[in-house]
Amino acid sequence: MGNLFKIAVRNLRRYKRRTLLTASLVMIGVIFVLLYISVSGSFRNMMVGQITDSMLGHLEVHRKGYLASIDNLPLNLNLNPQAFKKLADILGHQPEVEAFSPRIKFGGMFSTFVETTNVRLNGVSPDQEFKTIPLLPSRIIRGPKTLNKGEILVPDLLARGMKVDVGDTIVIVATNKDGSVNGKQFRVSGILDSVTGPGGRDGYIHIEDAMETLRMEEMEISEVALRLKDFGQLNPFSDKLERLLSGEANKEGKSIFEVHTWEKLSPFFNIARMIDVMSFFIKLMLIAVVLISIMNVMIMAVYERIREIGTIAAIGTLPGKILSMFLVEGFCLGAIGALAGNILGIIIILILNRIGITFDFGLQKGLVLSATIAPGDVLIISLIVILISVIASLQPAFKASRMEPIKALRHV
Amino acid sequence: MGLIIAENISKDYQTGEAAVRALKGVSFEIEPASFVSFVGPSGSGKTTLLNLIGCLDKPTDGNLMVAGADVSHLDRKQAASFRGDNIGFIFQDFNLIPILTVFENIEYPLMMVQNVPPGDRKKRVMTLLDAVGMIEQKDKFPDQISGGQKQRVAIARALVTNPKLVLADEPTANLDHKTAYLVIELMKKMRDEFQTTFIFSTHDQKIVGEAEIIYTLEDGEMAGKQAKGGKKNG
Repeated sequence: MGNLFKIAVRNLRRYKRRTLLTASLVMIGVIFVLLYISVSGSFRNMMVGQITDSMLGHLEVHRKGYLASIDNLPLNLNLNPQAFKKLADILGHQPEVEAFSPRIKFGGMFSTFVETTNVRLNGVSPDQEFKTIPLLPSRIIRGPKTLNKGEILVPDLLARGMKVDVGDTIVIVATNKDGSVNGKQFRVSGILDSVTGPGGRDGYIHIEDAMETLRMEEMEISEVALRLKDFGQLNPFSDKLERLLSGEANKEGKSIFEVHTWEKLSPFFNIARMIDVMSFFIKLMLIAVVLISIMNVMIMAVYERIREIGTIAAIGTLPGKILSMFLVEGFCLGAIGALAGNILGIIIILILNRIGITFDFGLQKGLVLSATIAPGDVLIISLIVILISVIASLQPAFKASRMEPIKALRHV
Repeated sequence: MGLIIAENISKDYQTGEAAVRALKGVSFEIEPASFVSFVGPSGSGKTTLLNLIGCLDKPTDGNLMVAGADVSHLDRKQAASFRGDNIGFIFQDFNLIPILTVFENIEYPLMMVQNVPPGDRKKRVMTLLDAVGMIEQKDKFPDQISGGQKQRVAIARALVTNPKLVLADEPTANLDHKTAYLVIELMKKMRDEFQTTFIFSTHDQKIVGEAEIIYTLEDGEMAGKQAKGGKKNG
């Protein structure tokens, strides 16, 4: 095998300029793919992080049917205290779960005594919520990064529209599930930066205030948000949790709970999917570039070496070995291009990170993109390039191996 | 028993719609360690006959035995394997591989055809380099040596696998007279040293005289056989 590589490298060196051009083409393709994957992947991960860590959580558990009516924030589809207790008990025993936070979600009237508007509110237990949604405190752009009883965190757009600021008093009026209307005064403790996506413009109050406003005697939970220790375990844990909760059935024997990952809760998932699809097409383009350029070079190599092929075939080189010689040559060409592309691509990514790419996402300005590429991606791209190089060499190599020595020796 | 036994072999080629009979029922027998030449004008069938003996082509009719094997029906892979084990080739244009040094060109059949271990390869190649007087040039590439030297390397390459038979199609056609004579002398010396049968084709009368057995071909037919010091047949 070593001899095949030695001959392949010598043959590549024989046509230096052509080898250099082809390897450069492959290299440029690899660099572009690495850059695209690293930048788009980082953008995707950052956006997913923003969405999960500043409002949704990694997963949410609802009472079955709640999500279908979530726009109405139906109080009659909340989890009853027994169901929540069972859920909390199960979650408390899962090693994958870093934190979870129960929420009472409801809609109400937000009044400044002068003006009134609609508001969506989350009643949360601040300690649990801040652990589950760690970027929530950083969204508080004015006021202390805390939430106590009797206080409300008001979304920035609402605060500006209603001309309220930290320290002001407002009234929340809400209808409970029995239809009676209740009101409660709150002090604005902070203004929340809005984020794109569902729940990104909701206000926050203490969960006990939510119970009081809604005249709940016992805690009835709209949803439980979860944060996992390892985000990579999202789908396996979601499946596991679904299995664990499937045993909890109501009187009709139907499951009480439904589990949703962030992907099912946020429209950004479609954008994330789109990024994945575009990455796939970029890889396809790389495959096309490698395929065409390597095949072109290998066809030329076979054509130019017909007499040599005739000679080695005449002196007894088996067709399989002739095939291997050209495949190894294509392999080497692809490997050189992939190696050079990987090295330069990684250097460019490091330079981009040093410079720092900033962008805006929704109302968030100046997010710094940290382009990263996983070793697995580098490996996969390299394998794709090398595999396609070998495939591209297959036809010319096969042609070389099938040549009749007499005809090849006569070739001028 | 002869190393090569040809019985009534014919070869037809299809050129366009017309069939051309390049060999017409040729029969002969060549003994081991012979130094044989096929002579005849262009188109007489010399190259066709060498191609058949060298298993590069198959006869249309007749039987052809080479080194005890019927080579008339070998498939592509069997023929390649047979050539690698039994036959060495010397080409008119030398056909050395330009990316390999003199040493590596001679080593090639041992390395890529017979898979001989590196230690044995080196020993064998050095013996051949010494025999053809090319040790000093062993690290040079083909474009750095003369035509005569290239043909010496080609002879060494043909002999390195210890073949029973070496075929040379017009081996001196691209060499001046003096060098051509030296190359034929070298081939004869190699025959004496390694007891390998050499068969070459030529139309150079001075070179023909160096052969011990001369077969004359005319229009695809065997026109005569002449053994050195013996009577002319045909």
